Amino acid sequence: MPRQIDSIRFNETPEGIDLELRVAGPVPRALALFLDGLVRAGLYLVLIPLSALADTGVGLMLIGFFLLEWFYPVVFEVRAGATPGKRAMGLVVVHDDGTPVGLPASMIRNLLRVVDFLPVFYGVGLVSVLLDHDFRRLGDLAAGTLVLHAERRAPPRTIADTPPVQVPPGFALETQQAILSYAERGPRLSAARRVELAEVLTADGGIRGEAAVRRVEGWASWLARGRGLEAS
Amino acid sequence: MRQERFEAEQAPPWDEYQRLLARLEGRPSARGAPSGMDLGGFPRLYRQLCADYALARGRGYSPGLIADLHDLVRRGHRRLYQRRSRPFASALVFATDTFPRTLRRHARLFWMGLGLLFLPMIAMGLAVHADPEIIYSLIDSAQVAELESQYDPAGRKPGRETDRQADTDFAMFGFYIMNNIGIGFRGFAGGLLFGLGSALILVFNGLSIGAVAGHLTRLDHGGTFWPFVSGHGPYELTAIAISGAAGLLLGQALLAPGNRTRLAALRLNARDAVILVGGAAGMLVLAAVVEAFWSAGPAPAAIKYGVGAVGWVLVALYLGLAGRGARGS
Repeated sequence: MPRQIDSIRFNETPEGIDLELRVAGPVPRALALFLDGLVRAGLYLVLIPLSALADTGVGLMLIGFFLLEWFYPVVFEVRAGATPGKRAMGLVVVHDDGTPVGLPASMIRNLLRVVDFLPVFYGVGLVSVLLDHDFRRLGDLAAGTLVLHAERRAPPRTIADTPPVQVPPGFALETQQAILSYAERGPRLSAARRVELAEVLTADGGIRGEAAVRRVEGWASWLARGRGLEAS
Repeated sequence: MRQERFEAEQAPPWDEYQRLLARLEGRPSARGAPSGMDLGGFPRLYRQLCADYALARGRGYSPGLIADLHDLVRRGHRRLYQRRSRPFASALVFATDTFPRTLRRHARLFWMGLGLLFLPMIAMGLAVHADPEIIYSLIDSAQVAELESQYDPAGRKPGRETDRQADTDFAMFGFYIMNNIGIGFRGFAGGLLFGLGSALILVFNGLSIGAVAGHLTRLDHGGTFWPFVSGHGPYELTAIAISGAAGLLLGQALLAPGNRTRLAALRLNARDAVILVGGAAGMLVLAAVVEAFWSAGPAPAAIKYGVGAVGWVLVALYLGLAGRGARGS
């Protein structure tokens, strides 16, 4: 089977279900990197006044620089799953089985950042991200990690309480799901678009216009609820 | 079963699950201690939810419901499979067991790392000692002059201003941490370039150290140079060689992956390599402490040489013996 052009990967969990992993491409990751750059620059600015505290301050400042350079991403990824920049972009770092990233993997991917940064400004990393099916840079490849879109904030869904209409026989499961999906998404579509979509399904029966919308909503109601009091 | 009835019947466990999930996702302080008992039911609720999600997909319920259930499953999966971290206990096991054992498993690469560091160092040292011009091919003259005055026996103490105080020691400590551990980390990362980056960093550091040592000894500044470096040398040089060996381990996966694909071999070796780098970083912190607070100190040269010799013995004993006979891991 040819590979689908899709950014959703499935990983089977021990519970026997497929977990969807939505891998993040180069653009959101680059933006996250830029935001992290700003945060880091801010932290550097906070550290610099330490040098006023004579030599002990200079020592602390240098140690702070060191930690910022190498451990800023590690600390945030291990504690919260993402650096502030990634979090702002709705990204999260996970192992390739979808579990939260641990210390060893985070260390590997962030120490190898040096190589991804070569020759200038993440040149190697960008090439790697563009070539790899899962948008992984070299550090991700070595550590076995993925950068995912974290949240799917679902809008509230309700299927309108229209009188149920029995679905004609012969509708495949996919069609039935499309009908349910239509009913759930209906309130967020324009009236014209709703009519247009409904007519695709009711064309065989010759029902058009608003009547088509009511008919499909009736089907959805029947699929979701059955014939009123009917059980099972 | 119709979707609506299914949702209504499963609502109570889903609500309970969401309540626990909200608590798990809250800040650690907000979770509160007595919740421990309460959370015991979470895995069961999670498995139940997974089954409901599979049912919803199998029965072709509405995409909205399936997406909602998937979202709940994903959030629970994240909590349930989070690695527990106990930094202090695991740091102890790491230092006394994991790190030295992992290093011994890759002893060949470790010796290669040592060779790539020390052979150029010795060769360059002898060459510079014999021919005063060679050092300028590696280090520019301004830096050489700076080095000469720094280690001039008639002048100030090495690594220490004329009236250097404890304060300055700490500034130098910060500098050694940033500089040396940075070199160690780059030596590791360079291994991803088929091992070449690591080898180059090792050889270049070896050449520089050898050149400086040879040059200063030839100028009779050895009396200030050697006591200064003898204290921290054992830890610092060994650690640089170890982080180089970690990089070579990455390179090995790419050049000679054996029966695995290159990617699988890289992943496998990276797991061990990061342990070596972590251990090397620990040794470099120790080296920085010694370099900042002991090496520049006023102790007589004989004692400093003694401390250096003891250091080499300790490093050899630690790397050779620590974790031997411990329970398998």
